[in-house]
Amino acid sequence: MQLPHGPRPAPSPYTPRQQQLLRAIADTIVPGSTDYAVPGAGDDRIFADLLIIADAHASALGGLLDRIDQFASEHHRCGFLEVSQDDRLSTAEAFRAAYPNDTTLLETLVIQVYYRDDRVMRSLDMEVRPPFPKGFVVEDGDWALLDPVRARPEFYVKTP
Amino acid sequence: MSDDPVDVLIIGAGAAGAAVAWSLVETRMKIVCLEQGGFMNPMTYPSTGRDWEARTSGDFSISPNTRQLEADYPVNDDASPIKVANFNAVGGSTILYAGQFPRFHPSDFRVRSLDGVADDWPIDFATLEPYYALNDRVMGVAGLQGDPANPPRDSISMPPLPLGKAGQAVVRGLNQLGWHWWPSDVAIATERFDGRERCINLGTCVSGCAQGAKASTDITYWPQAMRGGVELRPHCRVREITVNDDGMATGVIYVNADGQEQALQAHVVIVACNGIGTPRLLLNSKSARFPDGLANSSGLVGKNLMFHPYAAVQGVFDEPLDGYQGPHKGIQSQEFYETDKSRGFVRGYTFEYSRGMGPVATGLTGLAQGRVPWGADHHTSYRKLFKRVTSLVALCEDLPEEHNRVSLDPDLTDSDGIPAPRIEYKLSENSMKMLDHAVARGTEALQCAGATDTFSLSPIGFSGWHLMGTARMGRDPRRSVVNEWGRSHDVKNLFIVDGSIFVTSAAVNPTSTIQALALYVGDQIKNRLANLFD
Repeated sequence: MQLPHGPRPAPSPYTPRQQQLLRAIADTIVPGSTDYAVPGAGDDRIFADLLIIADAHASALGGLLDRIDQFASEHHRCGFLEVSQDDRLSTAEAFRAAYPNDTTLLETLVIQVYYRDDRVMRSLDMEVRPPFPKGFVVEDGDWALLDPVRARPEFYVKTP
Repeated sequence: MSDDPVDVLIIGAGAAGAAVAWSLVETRMKIVCLEQGGFMNPMTYPSTGRDWEARTSGDFSISPNTRQLEADYPVNDDASPIKVANFNAVGGSTILYAGQFPRFHPSDFRVRSLDGVADDWPIDFATLEPYYALNDRVMGVAGLQGDPANPPRDSISMPPLPLGKAGQAVVRGLNQLGWHWWPSDVAIATERFDGRERCINLGTCVSGCAQGAKASTDITYWPQAMRGGVELRPHCRVREITVNDDGMATGVIYVNADGQEQALQAHVVIVACNGIGTPRLLLNSKSARFPDGLANSSGLVGKNLMFHPYAAVQGVFDEPLDGYQGPHKGIQSQEFYETDKSRGFVRGYTFEYSRGMGPVATGLTGLAQGRVPWGADHHTSYRKLFKRVTSLVALCEDLPEEHNRVSLDPDLTDSDGIPAPRIEYKLSENSMKMLDHAVARGTEALQCAGATDTFSLSPIGFSGWHLMGTARMGRDPRRSVVNEWGRSHDVKNLFIVDGSIFVTSAAVNPTSTIQALALYVGDQIKNRLANLFD
């Protein structure tokens, strides 16, 4: 898939650790699934897309990633990346519960890139393309369903 | 620097500005329209790319405070539970609207007489009816005659939008309850119309229609108006309207596309900047003659701000529905439109159905509602929602209250240093009761339709699409800003044609009525040219 924003033109505003944190947390929010044959959000291609759109949000998101890392340290005596895979979800969820409004941006960016990945779209029986120019077909439906309403008398309020 | 004087200056190239410009072409007057935004290129709309959903959080957000494009000005809506939505471009907010195009009811013009609240309009439904019909012919409306909830009409240009799986599910529930529903009037071409192609169900109406099936004024009125001689100048932001010692408008000062301040003289000034932009401009146009803002001897410029408080009920179904495919709108129920005081509130609401959500919106909504978790269970839970959700959205009539208002922010300005608008708004008790009723009825309807689960959101915060009432129409100069044909009581060559002149909000989307009013005012100007300033 050609990434919507093209190849990265400049160095990332995120530190190497922040990039690793972003990848790990994204993969915690949406892990891969063999049942549904889909990658996780930390997958190479999906993460590359995420890193591009996260560029514009570096000051807010970088700070959030550091806070999650710090939160993990306070609860596990090690940073988030050092927490076991099994404990990463509970740690991330505990952070979200403690700071419910703070993870909205992170969720938004992860979901935005995840659900436009080719493999994910195919797993949802979506055609891998933008809506335009092909469009979609919507069934016209059974207009006999309108018959009960057609039978009603006018009921709007008339004015002189 | 000044341009040559013009006969008519229109400020704003949206729904109303386009309609009045088109109307005045036949006068052969020199007409110029200044618009702070630019011409849109449909080939750059979100639906043309794979990031089509993400862009609705960015450059195609409904909120000017999120978009922050060059054409946008900030709006301080911190003191309002309903956040302002708009779009600044040739076409205005019709670029982003859903195309839902119902007309007012006759009762909407007589709320004071009928229900003892708000005020009566100085005109009635019959006055506007021919202008509704004219506007429909230019914009192109799809729908169906015979709706018992509305006055009969002669014709509708095109057949209604498809019901789809989602529509059929919803109307089965409404039928079970014996409630009204009807295919809504929509300004969306369901057949080839006036050189435009028919709708191909992109599902991205509210982020611009790349197909050109949805009627925005950049592809309807403006091409005809410009061919007729109207000069449209994009990227020109009006700072203030100027007046002379006789209290007549003399033109404007504006910032042009090069960032230079210019003056443009005009014999007639028509303001079409919407219910937030118009009072902002008038309040920014202070002078010795008008120290409280232009045309504001009543003190009502900016006051009586009306939104349409919205509530939504989502229903989750076991069977797949339409999801992101197809226009968002297409069906409405006006079962609870007219006043029934036994409900505990006056006036009423329209239910619109909202067809479905795209894959990203499904994920974000599911996460926000707690239906879709983080972790391994994400995928199974997500798939219970994807293409299985449809909604009933209630558009509630808002009553005019003077404390709901637009004023000038003391600190915030736009990129040209022009003071930004500040919104103060509170939901009334009447609105709160109406919203509660709508949530209960919407839940009932979706459960009857077969929804296995429902979720409500009330009021919807980012729902300030409809901006009305802030320069209201009336016969009494002490109780209104413009007269019964849209002319300022105070400034005899100043007209206003957008939603700010609304006296009541009705319980329907305002664009059809905004444009009908603009055409009506245009005709009034043409009919009175010989004594327009008397």
